Amino acid sequence: MMNKIWAFFLVVGITTFLFTGRVEQLNKEILDSSSKAIELLFQLFPIIALWLGIMNIAVASGLLDKMAHKLSFILKRLFPEIPKGHPSLKYISSNIIANMLGLGSAATPFGLKAMEELQKINSKKDTASRSMITFLVLNTSGVTIIPTTIISMRMMYHSVNPTEILLPCLLATGMATLGGLIIDRIVAKKRGKYDHFI
Amino acid sequence: MTILSNLMIPLIILYILLYACYKNVDLYDKFLEGAKESIDIILKMFPCMLAMIFSINIFLNSNFLSIILSFLKPFFEMIALPFDVIPMMIMRPISGSSTIAILNNLLSQFGPDSFIGRLGSVIQGSTDTTLYVLTLYFGSVGIKKIRYSLWVGLAADIIGIICAIIVTHLLF
Repeated sequence: MMNKIWAFFLVVGITTFLFTGRVEQLNKEILDSSSKAIELLFQLFPIIALWLGIMNIAVASGLLDKMAHKLSFILKRLFPEIPKGHPSLKYISSNIIANMLGLGSAATPFGLKAMEELQKINSKKDTASRSMITFLVLNTSGVTIIPTTIISMRMMYHSVNPTEILLPCLLATGMATLGGLIIDRIVAKKRGKYDHFI
Repeated sequence: MTILSNLMIPLIILYILLYACYKNVDLYDKFLEGAKESIDIILKMFPCMLAMIFSINIFLNSNFLSIILSFLKPFFEMIALPFDVIPMMIMRPISGSSTIAILNNLLSQFGPDSFIGRLGSVIQGSTDTTLYVLTLYFGSVGIKKIRYSLWVGLAADIIGIICAIIVTHLLF
């Protein structure tokens, strides 16, 4: 899948560049890409390091277990395959909470740790497990109660009421998450029956 | 609101620290132990990030999307969708930084309290950058066969964007 999308973006992109006769810009963009990747990585690195450090304190003190316990009634239903008390559950719950509060920078490290734990109980190491996909659907639809970036951008442009978009955002993202989870459930069930044929 | 969101991260960190003190945890050691793990994660992530940024960068800067969109313009005008928001809807699942840039333009050009400004804000809040999330998370654990995850993620994005349009029409 990733294979096709990646090739599609590159082939279409390069062809369009060539047809519109911007070869010089194309060469520049090709070289720029790698430095952009490094830039993004260097932006992420310190944040991930910092939060993984703080999170490790929360793990050692048992705080994350306490949180996971509080969310366990939802997690049990969303992730039926994860054994009870598995460490991935506490990272998943902290990821969900950080996302809801609009703390994207904190949510990512929690999510990465959750994936690491989910990979440990994954039977095929190069293939996404069902729990991983459900977890990513939660993240890609991005339930956020307080969308901090949008509010601050609206303030920057002197909105009369910067927070008026809170409710509409919550409705839209809530529907996206709900819809995503329902589709995920349906597809997973269908695929579950035929998966060894595909 | 901003005061609240500014206070949130410090308060969370403070709470984690105080709780750990109360439980007699070796704070400093645990912090170092956790921070060290980031090196592994970053190293594993890098090739996937590079691959994705490379292809998305070429694709977006090729102007392929704007050429296609200019053909479709009459259609969007027919269904009463402001044309200026369309690029943002298409970019939302593909690139987070470009969506923010487009939203920034919309807010400065039309104002945050215009219909377009509000719709843009709600679209931004309705979903997350699916492609980025998939690349980052699957890349960090070395998963190559992503099965149906992309389709479900994109379906959720489409639901989010459609809801954003409906809700903005209804509430404002």
